[in-house]
Amino acid sequence: MGDAEIIPIGTGGRPGRGTGSTRPSRASRTLAGGAKPAAHRTPQPPPATVGPDRKPEPAAVHDLGGSATRGGPGRPATTTRGRAPGAGITPGEWLSAFQTGAAQVFGDQWEPQLARFLAFLRRRLTGEYDVDEYGFDQEVAERLLLACLRPIAEKWFRIEARGIDNLPADGGALVVSNHSGTLPVDGLMTMFTIHEHTGRFLRPLGADLVFRMPVVSSLARKGGATLACTEDAERMLAGGELVGVWPEGFKGIGKPFRERYKLQRFGRGGFVASAVRTGVPIVPLSVIGAEEIYPLVGNLPSLARLLGVPYVPITPLFPWLGPLGLVPLPSKWLLEFGEPIRTDAYDAGAADDPMLVFNVTDQVRETIQQSLYSLLMQRESVWR
Amino acid sequence: MAPGPKVVLVTGVSRDLGRRFARRLAAEPGVGRVIGVDAVPPRDDIGDVTFVRADIRNPVIAKVIAKEDVDTVVHMSVIATPGSAGGRGTMKELNVIGTMQLLAACQKAGSIRRLVVKSTSTVYGASSRDPAMFTEEMQPRRQPSSGYAKDVAEIEGYVRGFARRRPDVTVTTLRLANVLGPHVTSPITSYFRLPVIPTVLGFDPRMQFVHEADLMRVLTHCVHHEVGGTFNVAGDGVMLLSQAVRRLRKPAVPLVRPAVGGVAAVLKSARMADFSPEQLGFLTFGRGIDTTRMHTELGFEPSFSTEQAFADFAAATGPVASPVERIVDGLAASLSDPARAGVPGG
Repeated sequence: MGDAEIIPIGTGGRPGRGTGSTRPSRASRTLAGGAKPAAHRTPQPPPATVGPDRKPEPAAVHDLGGSATRGGPGRPATTTRGRAPGAGITPGEWLSAFQTGAAQVFGDQWEPQLARFLAFLRRRLTGEYDVDEYGFDQEVAERLLLACLRPIAEKWFRIEARGIDNLPADGGALVVSNHSGTLPVDGLMTMFTIHEHTGRFLRPLGADLVFRMPVVSSLARKGGATLACTEDAERMLAGGELVGVWPEGFKGIGKPFRERYKLQRFGRGGFVASAVRTGVPIVPLSVIGAEEIYPLVGNLPSLARLLGVPYVPITPLFPWLGPLGLVPLPSKWLLEFGEPIRTDAYDAGAADDPMLVFNVTDQVRETIQQSLYSLLMQRESVWR
Repeated sequence: MAPGPKVVLVTGVSRDLGRRFARRLAAEPGVGRVIGVDAVPPRDDIGDVTFVRADIRNPVIAKVIAKEDVDTVVHMSVIATPGSAGGRGTMKELNVIGTMQLLAACQKAGSIRRLVVKSTSTVYGASSRDPAMFTEEMQPRRQPSSGYAKDVAEIEGYVRGFARRRPDVTVTTLRLANVLGPHVTSPITSYFRLPVIPTVLGFDPRMQFVHEADLMRVLTHCVHHEVGGTFNVAGDGVMLLSQAVRRLRKPAVPLVRPAVGGVAAVLKSARMADFSPEQLGFLTFGRGIDTTRMHTELGFEPSFSTEQAFADFAAATGPVASPVERIVDGLAASLSDPARAGVPGG
């Protein structure tokens, strides 16, 4: 070990700032602690402590800690080789550490699991995945979006779903729901619940504001949403998709807290016309609990106009607590899917009969309102 | 069915796609003569095509049609960017006045039986209020106020007027999605050929592509088959811009929407890419066109899907695997073989 040669760094091993003077700079003398700088801060460290690094033996890394403390009693632990500890770790050790880590993350079956994960990663990196014509990316929706919603749905809102059997196992259907909660959390939770119980993806119809906003627009399309317009609704329903619609729109989601669970006007009934034209059943859905997540007690209409959004909410927590105010209150949620309303019995021209469309719209609205009331009776309190 | 076309007039042969189409058509069996028309001569070989130097903006074109006894006209000289024409004014004049003159000449000529117009899906515009897929009957949500989209909307209006006045002529309008191919130079290909691709932050537009070979095929198909009407033409399937950029193995730079306009102006002055306002809208909101009628009524099957067309284009740009991709590949390779056999196909 004694024959190791010393590799000085930078200034030829001399102290100071590389000016060539042997005298350390004033700054470095202050740092060294004043008293006797030259005595201990020898320009050349003792050869014994440098030794292990020069040897290519794999155990070098284990030596490091010990030799650092061994080398000279008065010396600080920081030495030239202490700065690059990675050099001593052999590939074998990296591999075993990696394997242990992989086994920790993926369990015993880590190899196929990891291979699958790497294949997934590679697909995402190289763009070799498919999206449907609406921009729906099933992989992202399933693995990322719905997986992130799971703890919120199960632990935070403790969602309880009823009447799941009313959703058809295949073929098109139109899920019509009440809308509430200031932010469209109810839509996300409905998507999660339906996928959880039936394995089908709910394809939400969103307002054009959704597709005008950056980030939200690309996420919405990847999550399966499309614009709420007759063309898209009918195209999706005819394609056998499970389509979700919230006919109250901003009137419902942005209504003040005192009007909770009072259904607003159901748009112009375009959703009924689409369902009748494509002959798919309408499944009414009543959601309880979303009204309380962000109780909307005020609104800033002038700021909303400035930002080009329908409302800027004031809740008991927002904006007073800043981003913390965005945490939804943990209300208890109940989702009830009602008896499907069949539309395939109507004849071809029925969709163009406004009276019939209004009647069916009212029927759907009444069904949802009644089941909202009965669900509210059943719920013990807002939180349980 | 009427006999095959005897004399075909192709406009816009000075540009690459027009020239190659004319040349291909001339070599086609069952096609008599092919006459290529443009204001400037084509730079490359045009094979058996007879080139007539005529500006479609003036009435000379009527004389050409009458003299040569043309029975089929393929109108391809609608240009997308002012760059090649020398200015927006010239571009508009070439597109709109040129089409008007050509249609006026066609209306006079009794010999005309078929008119094929190469239009574009840009007529549908691009906005946040667009339906996912445009069918041929749909109108753009907002009428374009300027630029290429307005030119095309006007051209299609004149073509519809012509079809009304000459019901004996079979008029086919093809609304093509973006044409891609190793040899195509267009705003979208120059965009994808940039070393670093600027994108609009927070938006991931849907796109459809047509391979250049399919463009040639569909135009030839229309010359041979008498199917009138307006048809959307695109490869099957849809791609997202983010997918496209990843497949090119190029870095994307997301910029907020107002900044993209500035970058576009810089790139334009550097002559690296020619952004138009329509293209900015397209890169923000994307567009999808429904091709059901292309399959059923027109009876045309593209040989390249959107993804295949893009793959063919991307291969020509020479994609280089990114370091992250190489690491992932290396890790995957270091796993034992049975593990890899267990990877599901999807």
